[in-house]
Amino acid sequence: MRVHTLLVSLLAVAVTGGLADARAQGVISGNEFNPAISLILDGQYSSYSNDAEDYEISGFPLDEEAGLTAEGFSLDESELNISANVDDQFYGYADIVFTDTEGETEVELEEAYFETLALPAGLAVKGGKFLSGIGYHNAFHPHSWDFSDEPLAYRGMLGKAFTDVGVQGRWVAPTDLFLTFGGELFRGDSYPALGSANDGTGAFSLFAKAGGDVGASNSWKAGLSWLSYDVEDAGLEVEDGDLLLNGDGDLYIAEFVWKWAPNGNPRERNFKFQTEFLHREEDGDADFDGLGGPQSGGYDTDQDGLYLQAVYQFMPRWRVGVRYDWLSADNDTPGLSVTTPFDGDDREPDRYTFMVDFSNSEFSRLRLQVSEDNSSSDSDTQFVLQYVLSIGAHGAHAF
Amino acid sequence: MRTLVRPLLLAGLLIGAPAWAQLRIVSCEPEWASLAEALGGDDVKAESATTGLQDVHHIQARPSLIARVRRADLLICTGAGLEAGWLPILLRQAGNAKIQPGQPGFLEASQHIEMLEVPVSVDRSQGDVHPYGNPHVQTDPRNILPVADTLVERLATLDAANADAYRSRHADFSARWTEAVDGWTTRGTGLRGMAIVTHHKSWVYMVNWLDLDEVATLEPKPGIEPGAAHLARLLGSVEGRGVRLIIRASYQSARASEWLADRIDAPAVVLPHTVGSVDGTDDLFALYEVMLTTLEQHAP
Repeated sequence: MRVHTLLVSLLAVAVTGGLADARAQGVISGNEFNPAISLILDGQYSSYSNDAEDYEISGFPLDEEAGLTAEGFSLDESELNISANVDDQFYGYADIVFTDTEGETEVELEEAYFETLALPAGLAVKGGKFLSGIGYHNAFHPHSWDFSDEPLAYRGMLGKAFTDVGVQGRWVAPTDLFLTFGGELFRGDSYPALGSANDGTGAFSLFAKAGGDVGASNSWKAGLSWLSYDVEDAGLEVEDGDLLLNGDGDLYIAEFVWKWAPNGNPRERNFKFQTEFLHREEDGDADFDGLGGPQSGGYDTDQDGLYLQAVYQFMPRWRVGVRYDWLSADNDTPGLSVTTPFDGDDREPDRYTFMVDFSNSEFSRLRLQVSEDNSSSDSDTQFVLQYVLSIGAHGAHAF
Repeated sequence: MRTLVRPLLLAGLLIGAPAWAQLRIVSCEPEWASLAEALGGDDVKAESATTGLQDVHHIQARPSLIARVRRADLLICTGAGLEAGWLPILLRQAGNAKIQPGQPGFLEASQHIEMLEVPVSVDRSQGDVHPYGNPHVQTDPRNILPVADTLVERLATLDAANADAYRSRHADFSARWTEAVDGWTTRGTGLRGMAIVTHHKSWVYMVNWLDLDEVATLEPKPGIEPGAAHLARLLGSVEGRGVRLIIRASYQSARASEWLADRIDAPAVVLPHTVGSVDGTDDLFALYEVMLTTLEQHAP
């Protein structure tokens, strides 16, 4: 309640302040001393041939956040973004997400971080809670996704995306080719790193990215990332009991993005191809507690995930997109005689998605999406009709 | 060991190339890179993040642009919200302290120009409006000199060793520019009251300078492409108004202006809006020369 009042008054300040400032001559931030504030309204109607509650991916134990949006009308995520330069050295950003499920509104701090503005030699430091820089898809908020849901590989291996409390350092090389290197140290509380092992520094990552142009019309970006994490006392609900995991994992991601826009003008027509390959290895102890008495065993998994997607804006405001997802797992649970989500790795889940969307302006988008989802052996046909609207000072999107 | 040291040293030299080199200037729009070249000569290496064929409202924050901004000593942009869709990303991701707003290495041209069409209130239902006024300032050549006056001081601050050279080039440019603008303005009196239709509200500074009569704009609202119904209504309102010319910029779709040109007795043309936007506009002098000549060809 208190948070609510604060937000309302912040918005009020922004609105009145914005009008008064409108006659002043420009600064780049689009406001004077008020932070830039925007609200993303995101809702959908979905229809699935299977029960969304029973959703599973063969061979991939799922995080509690992973899964399908509720069937029928639903508000997925309403995002409140607040950002501004703190002073000449720091930039501050917060993304507060309101999720409305089963009649209850939950408030979640998706991101709240600072970033340095004026370190020398191409260096920058980010600290707080933020979406990790690993992979390509990970750092984008749902409202800027090209499809209404995340790639299956992300759903299976990262829940939705990897966001955690920690610190990131990165460096941009002084070269004509765009080259950046970064590393992150995290608390390790978020899936798949669970339990904030090692006194709250249970995960780290390293990444390298490159990018450039080919002529005036084409541009690309490619990268490699590695996320390493400890798992401490992570609980997993299984049939007739609970599984307690203690171990560690490594996730490797290769990303590649190609964009085309005639003469560098994406407004009329543009094309975007995006692909990522994820490989994850986890192992450790798995202790079962439940029906039939406790058992001590282990888990040892080897998982791959791939997606390829292409989105084409064939005329102003209209885009079509296709996506293919594929997963494969090779899991062992030595010493356990109970059925766990690690089982089912004998089949390879996949999914085919088609979408068409219409953007009346940069600030509004309506989307229809159809998927044939073979995440489990019971194939699911999914229809999603979605709107994504943005009000307020909506900032720029990264490449 | 030796075999390792050599390449490492070489790499170190390449990466940390000392500042004997020219001042690196990156501009958001081609006209400011051209101005920087005029004042900086061989002491600077100026390049524009966009070309004359691109719509600066809609540029993607491409990796190549981040790499360019990373090494810039000076960044010149029009500002006033024109680059709001991409410049903030470049500023945050490039890791370059020198070109952050507030630093001598960041120059926002619109801060030094008297802005037109500053709205009293803004609302997105009005289309892609700019709360700080119309940002297409470069269509009036009289707006170039105030920016040059600021730029020369920035250059002299950032590269004090060559300050005299910058000031002397500026004095020369200033004299030649004043004379050229006087010439164009005198020629422009012949165009006074000429009726034109424009595609986007991106010529208001030119219209103001030459006292043209902007009868209509093809876009129903700034940044929103005209549809068939809107064009049909527009046709009714411009017929019989003596329109001489339908003007669009190099990056705008020809569809709407050609449609109108087929129905009223006026040609649709691409008028140069910046350096490199049409053939023969390789520098600022050529830009306004071609702009004026094109208008004169269609004058009453």
